[in-house]
Amino acid sequence: MAGPLLSMAGIGKNFGPVTALQGAEFHLEKGEVHAILGVNGAGKSTLIKILSGVYQQDEGTIHLDGSAIRLESPKAAKEQGIYCVYQEVDTAIVPELTVAENILLDTFSGKGNLFVSKQKINKRAYSALLELQAENIDVQQKAARLTLAEKQMVLIARALVHSAKIIIFDEPTAPLSIHESEKLYAVISKLKAQGVGCVFISHRLPEVFEISDRITVMREGTLVKTYDTAEADQDGVIEAMLGAALSHELEPRAHDIGTALLEVDHLSDGQKLKDLSLTVAAGEVVGVVGLVGAGKTELAKALFGGTPLTAGTIKLAGSAAKIKHPADAIKAGMALIPEERRKEGLFVQESLEANASFPNLKKFSKRLLMDRKAEKRFADEIIERLRIKTSSTETPLVHLSGGNQQKVAIGKWISLDSALYLFDEPTKGVDIGAKVDIFKLIRQLAESGKGCLYFSSEIHEAIGISDRILVMYNGQIVKELSRQEATQERILLYASGGKEELGERQELGERQRNSVFV
Amino acid sequence: MGKGKSSVKDNAIQFLFKYGAIALLVFIIFYFSTISDAFFTYGNFTDILRSISIVTLLALGVTFTLVVDGFDLSVGSTMSLSTVVSASLMVWYDMPLWLVLILPLLIGVAVGAVNSFLIVVIGIPDLLATLSMMYIVAGLHRTYTEGYSIYNNMPLTSGGTAPGQLSEVFLWIGQGQMLGLPVPVWIMLVMVLASYVVLNHTRWGRVLYMTGGNAEAATLSGVNVKKVKFTAYVISGIFASMAGILFTARVGSGQIDAGAPLMMEAVAAVFVGYSVLGAGKPNALGTFFGAAVIGILLNGLTILNLPYYAFDIIKGGVLVAALAVTYVYAKKKFAKA
Repeated sequence: MAGPLLSMAGIGKNFGPVTALQGAEFHLEKGEVHAILGVNGAGKSTLIKILSGVYQQDEGTIHLDGSAIRLESPKAAKEQGIYCVYQEVDTAIVPELTVAENILLDTFSGKGNLFVSKQKINKRAYSALLELQAENIDVQQKAARLTLAEKQMVLIARALVHSAKIIIFDEPTAPLSIHESEKLYAVISKLKAQGVGCVFISHRLPEVFEISDRITVMREGTLVKTYDTAEADQDGVIEAMLGAALSHELEPRAHDIGTALLEVDHLSDGQKLKDLSLTVAAGEVVGVVGLVGAGKTELAKALFGGTPLTAGTIKLAGSAAKIKHPADAIKAGMALIPEERRKEGLFVQESLEANASFPNLKKFSKRLLMDRKAEKRFADEIIERLRIKTSSTETPLVHLSGGNQQKVAIGKWISLDSALYLFDEPTKGVDIGAKVDIFKLIRQLAESGKGCLYFSSEIHEAIGISDRILVMYNGQIVKELSRQEATQERILLYASGGKEELGERQELGERQRNSVFV
Repeated sequence: MGKGKSSVKDNAIQFLFKYGAIALLVFIIFYFSTISDAFFTYGNFTDILRSISIVTLLALGVTFTLVVDGFDLSVGSTMSLSTVVSASLMVWYDMPLWLVLILPLLIGVAVGAVNSFLIVVIGIPDLLATLSMMYIVAGLHRTYTEGYSIYNNMPLTSGGTAPGQLSEVFLWIGQGQMLGLPVPVWIMLVMVLASYVVLNHTRWGRVLYMTGGNAEAATLSGVNVKKVKFTAYVISGIFASMAGILFTARVGSGQIDAGAPLMMEAVAAVFVGYSVLGAGKPNALGTFFGAAVIGILLNGLTILNLPYYAFDIIKGGVLVAALAVTYVYAKKKFAKA
């Protein structure tokens, strides 16, 4: 066989002090489906963005058909025949244009005829869709009226029109139904037969094994191993994805777990969440683990009154709680540390003081007038308690690091003495030192009899902190694991939609039991 | 703030942002004083304060809407409506004073309520919603008066003359003196002070600012953002109505379209206020200060005999300068975020 179609070698990429990729490699043959797997932060998206020209690598080379290329921009990548079908198809579709115009969009922005013939483009668009067996999509309708799956087809057709050599599928099946996914697999096999190299990114292991020829596993910004799918097994791949993380011994819990604090019964929101039931007891940390898009944030918001429920009941400390607005949730004793702290949790242009006192203004005011001294005292208290690094309590939060901002987002709830804390990805974008502080704080809260729900896609962190783990997949809780049963492998398997056969799995759980990862 | 590595240029911008507006004001006062003896006198300064009192009230309303990250373009029209309504209540209908004062304020509340309904419930962007309301309310007030201004014993289109007159007590609000200052100045000072205390020193103010700063985070901290925005627009409507009543009392008649030219002046005052003492956000004292800068400038230029049709150039220039300082500073301040 001649050399590979695409070969990326020694790719390095830094974002400021953060290293996203280091010596990453990826090789793609003509007419193969090559899956890239890795946990969050492994560097998959960065690699793909370099390949599609969104980022430029700091070091390393990219060879296409044996000759070195440099991809300065998405346009350059397209000129080389590299097309990307993003997960968020809407970002690449112009809703006001027709399907045909969308398919041929890139030809308009380039050189060529100023005038476009409607008939011509409709014909070309139709033939492209015909090739994909998606000719039932009317090329003259507005793209805005298409379903997600149809929009994907439009994007693939766009790549076909330009005789793409490589098409990157970035989690294409995440928003699709099973039937739509199967149709996509068929299209991918067809592309494969035509000699197009397909890069396939997905969190769903079963489908990766179904459609890929080879699997490349990435971890911590570099290539771990490339498997021939026919010879690979799920366990091996999962182990390669997780690697040997920093392991810490499990600290035995010293305090007792109290009575049920939160009882959620058959909760649905009519969109993402389907029939969820869970309980959290006083003094307990319950991890809710799932991959990106599993519905964790939606669950946290729904519990907190941020989004309306269509079914189900929420009981707090034994009595039914009517939570229609976050204000109700706060009154009922809940606190939410949201995932997007800058967007949802904090007022980044305001001072630390003002942020800290905000959820509980009544406590910091005499009648109506604000009590600045009390505010400052409390700000100093949480700075001390959470070890926040800041020059003063009046510093606007934009000047604080991500970890310190997160500590403020947590600390601001302390004055309310809430009974139940919802942490949504509290370690996202937080350095390791702050992480340890945050874990300690969560443990302290649990010891003092608070209930904590810990939503995370960082499996090893969830194992380290939780007493019990609920695994979410596609808006549902698919498995509950005790602290002893939980291993990264088992969680990842359930979180990516897999099931295990009982006998052989037990053994694996046994083996990993005594170490957890922080 | 800004310790350590800030360069000379950054420091200069910092300084300009914090004290630029005040330095400008001092310079203007100094400059006009050297040119004219009539400028730096007690009488002239009370004149200036009186001349800015109406704009300041309007601007305070706009300040409240900007604090919650909204905008109210309808204040001018609301003021016009309140002007003719208060005059007509006395001239056409001979109503008692308390009604003459209360009814226009209720109209202000109503305009604010409609504004916030359009913005909060229907979801029209604030600028566009209040722009539409600006036209509707302006049209309403002209329709109401059939295009005429309202004055004592005016002839009516239905024949005969109007029964009532503007009462002495009412005119005192706009023309009277109290403790050495005109009554409108007292009203303005009280309102500025009240707005300042509410915005900067109370729980409510905190909630208003936080809603404007990050509505999402405010909601997740338990704030009912819709209610807060509603309140801000209602407050804006009330301030606009107060300005209208004051205008009627000051002029002694219900002039049509009284508020239209004042609207942009009020907006300008608020934005000039952003750059006072480095606030970087809408604030009551800054708004007062902004109105004062513009008022003093116009007064001085009048003394200099600059033609009045050139005044808008000056107003625009001051606004641009203030905005430039504010935004350059904002870029610097949040660049590394």
